[in-house]
Amino acid sequence: MSDPPVRVLRRSFLAGLGLAAGGFALGAFEGDAFADDRKIPQVDIKPSDPATAAKTAAKGAGLRPNVFVHIGADDVVTIVCARSEMGQGVRSSLPVLVADEMGADLVRVKVAQGDGDKAYGDQNTDGSHSVRGMFEDLRRVGAAARIMLVAAAAKRWKVAVASCTAHDGAVFHDATQRTLRFGELADEAGAQPTPKKEDIKLRPLSELKHLGTELPLLDGPDIVAGRAVFGADVKLQGMLTAVVARPPVVGGKVLRHDPAKALAVNGVKRVIVLPEAKRPFAFKPVGGVAVVADNTWAAMRGRAALDITWEPGDNATYDSRAYREGLLTAVKSPGKTARSLGDVDAALAGAKTRVEAVYYAPHLAHASMEPPVAIARVDGNGCEVWTSTQNPQAAKTEVAKALGLDESQVTIHVTLLGGGFGRKSKPDYVVEAALVSKEMGAPVRLQWTREDDIQHDYYHSVSAQRLVAGLDDAGKVVAWRHRIAFPTISSTFTDAKEPSENELQQGVLDTPLAVPNVRAEGCEAIAHTRIGWLRSVANVYHAFAIQSFVDELAHARGVDPLAMQREILGPARIWKPADLGVPKLPNYGQSLDEHPVDTARHHRVLDRVTELSKWSDRNTAGRSLGLAVHRSFLSYVAVVISVVKGKGEKIAVDEAWIVADAGTIVNLERVRSQLEGAVLFGLSHALYGEISMKDGATEQSNFRDYRLMRIAEAPRKVHVEVVKSEGPPGGIGEPGVPPVAPALANALFALTGQRVRDLPIVRSLSV
Amino acid sequence: MSIRLRVNGTEHTLDVDPEMPLLWAVRDVLGLTGTKYGCGQALCGACSIHIDGEVVRACVTPVRRADGKAVTTIEGLSADGSHPLQKAWLELSVPQCGFCQAGQIMTAAALLAKRPKPTEQEIDESMGGNICRCGTYIRIRAAIKKAAGVSEE
Ligand code: FES
Ligand code: FES
Repeated sequence: MSDPPVRVLRRSFLAGLGLAAGGFALGAFEGDAFADDRKIPQVDIKPSDPATAAKTAAKGAGLRPNVFVHIGADDVVTIVCARSEMGQGVRSSLPVLVADEMGADLVRVKVAQGDGDKAYGDQNTDGSHSVRGMFEDLRRVGAAARIMLVAAAAKRWKVAVASCTAHDGAVFHDATQRTLRFGELADEAGAQPTPKKEDIKLRPLSELKHLGTELPLLDGPDIVAGRAVFGADVKLQGMLTAVVARPPVVGGKVLRHDPAKALAVNGVKRVIVLPEAKRPFAFKPVGGVAVVADNTWAAMRGRAALDITWEPGDNATYDSRAYREGLLTAVKSPGKTARSLGDVDAALAGAKTRVEAVYYAPHLAHASMEPPVAIARVDGNGCEVWTSTQNPQAAKTEVAKALGLDESQVTIHVTLLGGGFGRKSKPDYVVEAALVSKEMGAPVRLQWTREDDIQHDYYHSVSAQRLVAGLDDAGKVVAWRHRIAFPTISSTFTDAKEPSENELQQGVLDTPLAVPNVRAEGCEAIAHTRIGWLRSVANVYHAFAIQSFVDELAHARGVDPLAMQREILGPARIWKPADLGVPKLPNYGQSLDEHPVDTARHHRVLDRVTELSKWSDRNTAGRSLGLAVHRSFLSYVAVVISVVKGKGEKIAVDEAWIVADAGTIVNLERVRSQLEGAVLFGLSHALYGEISMKDGATEQSNFRDYRLMRIAEAPRKVHVEVVKSEGPPGGIGEPGVPPVAPALANALFALTGQRVRDLPIVRSLSV
Repeated sequence: MSIRLRVNGTEHTLDVDPEMPLLWAVRDVLGLTGTKYGCGQALCGACSIHIDGEVVRACVTPVRRADGKAVTTIEGLSADGSHPLQKAWLELSVPQCGFCQAGQIMTAAALLAKRPKPTEQEIDESMGGNICRCGTYIRIRAAIKKAAGVSEE
């Protein structure tokens, strides 16, 4: 017999969430996992204050519960969102799953943000997996609450449970036309046994009232009124502000510094040298000198007045221009085979014609609109943090390590994120705040300036790729060789020098190619800066190369690029790893049975996007369309970009179409906004995005030289269509981005006859 | 030197360095955090606020420039979020992360005060200093038009 996957919690745990008295709460436990509910022990927590309760629970069970849902006597249903909100709409989406399973009235639903805690399962909000990862778990919590509320009502009415239904925030007994609101039942429901996993029956999807609809933006009213709380907006009594001068080169250190001029600035309190960076850099701060002041401006001025001599360290030789040449040379020689089918060498040797192309994409910075920021208060009890993080559990671990505390002494409260894009999965800035607060014995807001953000990022990797295809007499592609070189993200954590399987699965290993002879090779590249994941990660450059190359093949053959896409994909079918030429596929951590590589879905999004964009009229005077399709994060997205000749020689992107098949979706409105945003995000990088390095230091420093798309450069229209599906949910935050750059490059080729293989485009065309 | 200014209708006397940017005076000294820091160099518009109805980038505007003037921040744009732009913003669910949006709305409000029925080109020109990294530009244009009662062509 298995234990219940959810537990009734006493109110003492709810203090931090600002919940009303009365009612009951369901939670889950560290190590939980609804997946293996046998691990969850029966816990009954009696003590009244949270600290003791937590300790007792920990002693009794070795586990600490956390709240997912609370039903108050006042009818308010509070649902905890344990994922970070950074614009992708998770707070406006996930809680609805719980609410709909319960039959709650959305008007009475409040959403509380969960702190960093393993009890919530994996909280790292990246990899586009919030919905796909929690779809069933959250529904199970809601269903458990519903079952308990219905049981309480049935008991009160002395009727059969099966004769009662729950919807609109109440339990109904239709036969006798009786109704009890959730609030009226909350206390009694809490006394009901929590249902066992096998007794938790989920509603059919058709009964989830709001699933797939356009839901209002939960934080919208606060955002437009300036009330929303982001990382920098928390104010603590006696809080100081710090900014840090970091070594210009990663791995560099302070040789000498003179704090005198900084200390002379009015408002500056102290100058603190931070611990030196050690390899691997991982999530640790990079060292430098912190200036602490009583306001931000004083801290910034103090930092400007610092006199520091840096020892640059061994990354000081890093030069993007030379490195580019190195990558281009690397892809001339064979790398380590990552994917292989048939005999590419023989097929290439026997081919009638060869088509070959080399693609290059530079480093990119995340540049979330809100630069990294964290507020920390370290005192005798431990450390409490408020920050905009995608990864509160990693923040907790790193802060505990840096301060020599037990993780239980560190609390991480998550604010809204002013954008994240992967940057805020790395908590180096949170550790900085904690270190400085500890030194000062006072709460500290550690603020990154925009310059800090652009110059000390975990950069999106720079890459070179060489693609060679062999065509037979009939023009059919019989051989496909793909060589890839980029410094791997793993280099930030280990001394890895080759692309990881995780990176290669993002568009190289998993791209179906109806070609008999295929080989993909990963070449060596040593990292000289911190490499990190940026929205859509390796898919971005892989899709750029592959989808540009398919278009090049079409033009080499003189056929419609859409026809070429279909030929390369082959007939609609499920692709097994063996068909792809790989022993296995990581598949974003999901099973291939549930989420196969299915070319029917590629074809479907291609059908729709070409229909909507009137692909048959793709070249008219002064206007051309470009096409691309890509599967990533288990979703399928096709994009058409329209470019026009504008005034003078300038070319503008005037319209875009994006069609996504992401399986079952929760909140259609946020899905649409993510896809719209993805188009602009992808265009911005392709057109203008570039971080370059000289003497190991980043050359760009602010939006003056790290150019982002502005409103006049945005298309006039972006048309979004989401394929209706009841399939398992895929990702949504990232999959829209990868097809954008190649669709744009393909459109530009159609318009100008110039093939852009080097990003950003602004280097070779007037855009 | 003390600076006297009226912020969202309330008089304040600030005892700060007159060179301190208005952004930090508003955020750090007055505790009004709706106005955001995005670049500190007048490049992104996240800090946009009004001095006597004119939109300025508060990150590069010394607080002394507001001496004796009326400052409006996003918190003071309307008493209850009922400014036509705020309403249009919600109707079209414009924000993604939301960080740039106070600056976007304040810039748009100054535009509409001058040009109640702006053309798309006027919108693009006025909003050109406001970056949105999440890419909400399409909806920003639509929401300004909606608030202005200008139809989408
Ligand atoms: S913060 Fe003022 S314009 Fe960017
Ligand atoms: S909504 Fe995120 S920067 Fe504009």
